[in-house]
Amino acid sequence: MDTIIQVEGLCKTYGKTVAVNEVSFDVKEGEIFGMVGPNGAGKTTTIECLEGLRKPDHGTVRVLGVDPQRDGQILRTRTGMQLQQSNLPERMKVWEALDLYASFYPKATDWQEMLVQLGLEEKRNTPFSKLSGGQKQRLFIALALLPDPQLIFLDELTTGLDPQARHAIWDLVREVRSKGKTILLTTHFMEEAERLCDRVAILDHGRIVALETPAALIRNLGSEERVVFSVDGSLPPAFENALSGGNRLEIQGERVTIHGKNHRAVPLVSEVVELLTAHSVPFRDLRTEQPTLEDVFLSLTGREMRE
Amino acid sequence: MKSLLKMTWMEAKLFLREPVGAFFTLVFPLMMLFLFGSMYGNKPIAEFGGQGSIDISVPAYTAMIIATTGLMGLIITIATYREKGVLRRLRTTPISPLVVLTAQIIVLFSMTTLGMLLLVIAGKLVYHMHFEGNAFSVLAGFTLSTLSFYGLGFVLAGLMPTARTAQVIGMVILYPMLFLSGAGIPRELLPEAIKKVSAFLPLTYVVNLLRGLWIGEAWGEHLLDVGVLAGILILGVVLSRFTFRWE
Repeated sequence: MDTIIQVEGLCKTYGKTVAVNEVSFDVKEGEIFGMVGPNGAGKTTTIECLEGLRKPDHGTVRVLGVDPQRDGQILRTRTGMQLQQSNLPERMKVWEALDLYASFYPKATDWQEMLVQLGLEEKRNTPFSKLSGGQKQRLFIALALLPDPQLIFLDELTTGLDPQARHAIWDLVREVRSKGKTILLTTHFMEEAERLCDRVAILDHGRIVALETPAALIRNLGSEERVVFSVDGSLPPAFENALSGGNRLEIQGERVTIHGKNHRAVPLVSEVVELLTAHSVPFRDLRTEQPTLEDVFLSLTGREMRE
Repeated sequence: MKSLLKMTWMEAKLFLREPVGAFFTLVFPLMMLFLFGSMYGNKPIAEFGGQGSIDISVPAYTAMIIATTGLMGLIITIATYREKGVLRRLRTTPISPLVVLTAQIIVLFSMTTLGMLLLVIAGKLVYHMHFEGNAFSVLAGFTLSTLSFYGLGFVLAGLMPTARTAQVIGMVILYPMLFLSGAGIPRELLPEAIKKVSAFLPLTYVVNLLRGLWIGEAWGEHLLDVGVLAGILILGVVLSRFTFRWE
C-alpha cells in the first residue's frame, strides 16, 4: 500500500507555547487514521500543517507526495477538507453551496448525486443557518467530497452532535472509506476513534504518546479489567479480606466494582465468582468490563482537567 | 473565470437576501428623494445656484449610496465572512479567496450603480430633473469615488476584530459623515463652522465632484476632489495589504 501522508519531526510553536513537538507518523492509502488527545494536545495544529494552512517550524511533511507549503494548490485540488471552525454565509442555500464549490474544481463530482447520497435532498433549498448541526456537518462532508479526493481531512467532525447524528456520520465516513479514500480525522470521542479508526495516534502536550490499532492499544496498554455486580445488603468483611492483593474494591450503594490487573493467570471474573460462592453472597447482574480506548487514553494522558 | 461568475452571482443573491443592505442601497435613497421632493419640488432655488432641490439631491444621494455600500456593506460582509470562517473554508479549495473579494466588489459596485440609476429615473420621471453634464464623465467620477470608498472599506475591514464591531464602527463613521458632508443635507444649508469640519470628511469630496460633473463643470475645476479621492484609493490599496487578514 502506498504512503499517503508522511510526517517526520514536525514542530510548531506559537510564541512560547510548543503546540507540536517532534511528531512523526505515516498514513497508508485506504486507512482511517485518527488523532486523539486532550484539548490543546496539538491535533488541530498538526492537521492544519498537513492541509497547508499552517507553516511548520521544523520537520518534513509530505501529503500525496507533495509539500503542502510549496504545492498547496495541488493539494487543494486533490484533497477534501472539513475544518473545525468554518461556516458558509447564513443565507446561502444547500444546493447553492454545492453548485458554487463544485465550480472550483476541474473535475468535480456531480453534486446532485451527492445531495441524494448524503440525505440532503429535502434540504436543498434550506439556507445554511437553518440547518441542524448534523446537517451542517453532512453538507461539509459533501463539500469535502466534491473534488473526488484521494484524501479527506476531518477535524472534530462530530463535536456537538447528538448520538443519532453522530452514528449517521460514522456510517457515512465508513462508506466513504469503502470507496478507497484515505481519511485522517481528529476527535476527542474515544468511542469514535475506537469504532472508526484503523489506527489511532494519541497526542499529549504536542507529542505522540502511542500509535497503534485501537485493539492493540487496548491490549497492550489497558492495564485493568473490571467485574461489576449488585448485592442486596452489604458484603461480608471476610469476602473483602479474601480478595487478593492488587485488586481494588469500589462500592456505590448496592453496586460493587472490582478493579483487577489485566493479563493474569486466573481471570478476574473466575476469582470473584468463586469467592462470592464460597462466602455465599447472593449477587445479581454480574458482568465484566474490558478496558476501552478511553481507559487507555486516560491512563496515558492523566485525569487532570486541561485548560 | 467560471468560479468568479458563479461567485459573483451568488454574492448578488446574498446581497439582495439581506434586507438591511438592500434597503439602504436601493430603497432608502428613493424614499429620501420622494420625501424632499414632496416638500420642495424641483423649483429653481437661488441658494442652490439656481438648481432645484432634486437636481442637487440626486448626485448627493448617489454619494450617500457610495458611502453606505463602502463603509457598511463591504466592512460588515468581510468582517462577518472572516469571523464565521467563510474565508477559511474557501482557503481549503483551489480558488483564491481573492475571488470572493473581487465578486464582492463587482456586486457592491453594481448595486451602487443600480441605486444611482433608480434615483436618476425617479428624478427624471417624477421631478423632471435637469442634467447638464456628460454621462461618461459622471460615470468616471462615480467609479473613482466608489473605488476610493471601497479602498477605505477594505482597510477598515482588516482592522475590525468582529462583525459586531464592524457594524458599530461603520455606523459611527457613516452617519455623521452623511449629514456633515452635504450628502444627506445640501451643503448650502450647513453653517460655516460645520463646513470647516466637512473639509476633513472624504465624502465631501465625492459630493463636490459628483455635483460638479452633474452640471457639466470641467474636471479641471475639481482637481482637489480628484486628488483627495485618488489619494484615498491608492492609500487604501496599499494599506489594506497590511491590514487584511483571512482569519
